Amino acid sequence: MKDFLKDIESRFQTTDTIQQKECLAFTTVDKSRAIAMVTWLKENAGYSSLILLTAVDWIEDGVFQLTYLLNNPENGNEIGIRVGIDREGATMESAHHLWENMMTYQRELKEMFGIDFPGSPRVDESFILEGWDDIPPYRRDFDTKKYSEETFFPRPGRKTNDPTQYMKSKLYPKD
Amino acid sequence: MDYSLTKFLWTLLGLFIVTNWGLLMSSTMRRIGARVAGRYGIPWYQPWIDLAKLYSLRSQITHGTMFYIGPVFRLMGGVGMFLFMPMIFGSALWSNYSFSGDLILILYFQFFGMLGMALGAGEGGQPYSAIGISRGLSQFTTIEVPMTLAVISLAIQYQTFSISDIVAAQQGGFMNWTVMTNPFATIAAMLSLLGAFGHSPFNLVKAPNEIPIGPPTEYHGTFLGVLRTNGAILHVAEAALFMNLFFGGATSWFELIIKTFLIYFWSVFVGTVFPRFRIEQSVVWFLKWPTILGIIAIIIYL
Amino acid sequence: MEKDFDKKALTDMYKDKFLAPENEKRQVAAPDGSIIEIDPLDDYFCQERPKELKPRKGAVEKFLNWARAESLWVLGFGTGCGSIEIPPLVTPRFDMYRYGVQMRPTPRQSNVFIISGYLSVKTLKRAIRSYEQMPSPKYIIALGSCTINGGMYWDSYNTINRLDHFMPVDVYIAGCMPRPEALLAGFGKLKELIKEGKGEKANEYARNFDWYKANQKKIIKDWNMPDFNW
Repeated sequence: MKDFLKDIESRFQTTDTIQQKECLAFTTVDKSRAIAMVTWLKENAGYSSLILLTAVDWIEDGVFQLTYLLNNPENGNEIGIRVGIDREGATMESAHHLWENMMTYQRELKEMFGIDFPGSPRVDESFILEGWDDIPPYRRDFDTKKYSEETFFPRPGRKTNDPTQYMKSKLYPKD
Repeated sequence: MDYSLTKFLWTLLGLFIVTNWGLLMSSTMRRIGARVAGRYGIPWYQPWIDLAKLYSLRSQITHGTMFYIGPVFRLMGGVGMFLFMPMIFGSALWSNYSFSGDLILILYFQFFGMLGMALGAGEGGQPYSAIGISRGLSQFTTIEVPMTLAVISLAIQYQTFSISDIVAAQQGGFMNWTVMTNPFATIAAMLSLLGAFGHSPFNLVKAPNEIPIGPPTEYHGTFLGVLRTNGAILHVAEAALFMNLFFGGATSWFELIIKTFLIYFWSVFVGTVFPRFRIEQSVVWFLKWPTILGIIAIIIYL
Repeated sequence: MEKDFDKKALTDMYKDKFLAPENEKRQVAAPDGSIIEIDPLDDYFCQERPKELKPRKGAVEKFLNWARAESLWVLGFGTGCGSIEIPPLVTPRFDMYRYGVQMRPTPRQSNVFIISGYLSVKTLKRAIRSYEQMPSPKYIIALGSCTINGGMYWDSYNTINRLDHFMPVDVYIAGCMPRPEALLAGFGKLKELIKEGKGEKANEYARNFDWYKANQKKIIKDWNMPDFNW
């Protein structure tokens, strides 16, 4: 795995490579080389199985971090390719031609994060939020509590306790 | 009182007895199935409550004329079978309206309800009913093959198409029953009975956990009540048909109840033991051994 | 009693019809070559508002209510995590058949709808259609605290908080998750209510139809189904 990580570092100029386990590593690559790298991993390096494609919203840095998690069925190695893309007008190259199920992940990301994948089939159809008209709900600037209170007729009289304070008062009432 | 009127009233009384016996029998069989699974099962009076509820639902929708007529056709299948079936041997009043060629008419009525159901359920517009119908009709057609072969064998054996005559020929001890004199026809028919009653190996058409309940997907309320009433009548009538053809008929209601119960129990017994066939498997199954046995039964008596 | 709400929105409410492409009015060539016009909305769906259906009077209604209570047919539609509590009810340990409770696969044949746990907006749409297709009198059992006040999903962007704003609920079963015993107790309570003649929530739905529809349409943004599908 170590040699392999060195190899892809020289091929695709990956950075921030972390090997978490003997069989699991994460590495970051530039957006322009990401799909080329995923394609190379699938076609030439045996990482033929897509585990998932997911995104994280780093709102402080202004980026969405996509993670393509791939698996090599022959030796059981897994590699996660992290790609940072701009939060403003987020778009990413589509990879639906590599795996068919990629299309579903991309459709979900389009709906939940608003990341566009031009050319991906059915990417504009609604996935689970039918007729959503707010900002995509997985973005961290979306206030889900406020939205829920405005939309879903909250039942009055609901009480919420801070778990730390509540357990403290329960377990150590004298302090 | 006029004789024909008396006969009519007695036939109605017979229909009443048969309906209730059918309902009781269905709940008993479901209890037996439940005990096999380790449950208590429904109360014995559950079918009557279900019927009362179904007939009293307040909102019912219709999809057109055929949607109404479908359950009526199905009910006519059951009632028609009952009307032309001699229930008690030797009793003029309980012989209903049997006549010398009633066996053919009864075979026709067996299929008649299915066709009516197909028309009605097709009108419902639910795609699942259409799938259920195509499955049901293809399975029932193959069920009819061994059944018809067995009946033809019987007709050759007894040289008659009258059920009363066939029963009369079997009197005088169980060695005279068709099951002893013509075992091949009996086995072929008893195997086809498994499909006709629609218990487990062959219940793909109407099982609730297959494509939703098959043809009656859209039927509710009174429509479903009519279908269930028909189910009760049909089961007893069909068991009575087999009793008359193969097991010496009945000389009293008590004998009829015992014999129909055992014939029905045969299909439940097989049903609790064997899992469900897919439709292509059951079609092939009916066209294999039961059909071969039916052909052998004919060849023997030719 | 009638629920009061903002009736200003009512005028627009029934305008947005179910206009999926396959339901648009169109002309079709019949097998014999003639051109016929079909309007799927008229052909396939009910155009009438649901009506209140008055119960019968006296001993007849009492008997019928008893029959309804003893023959509860449950729609096999699991909506949330609570639907996992229903399979044990069918198995030997709890065996709900003893109490006249049976599962039915289609809404047309069922009387009881168990909303088992949280309802996402997407599921709510399907649940409403299923509920409206059930023949009256019909009952709803709301299972789990998610249906009461949102439960642990109370601040979620996609699950409803209060079921009673969208469908009339007969029996609530609190808990997260309630055990199958609690569900059996809920069936017992529902039977009591029906026998007392209080199982008339379908009529309440018809009476407050506009209120329920307004709430439903507030949540369901792309309302692409018929307004009345009874």
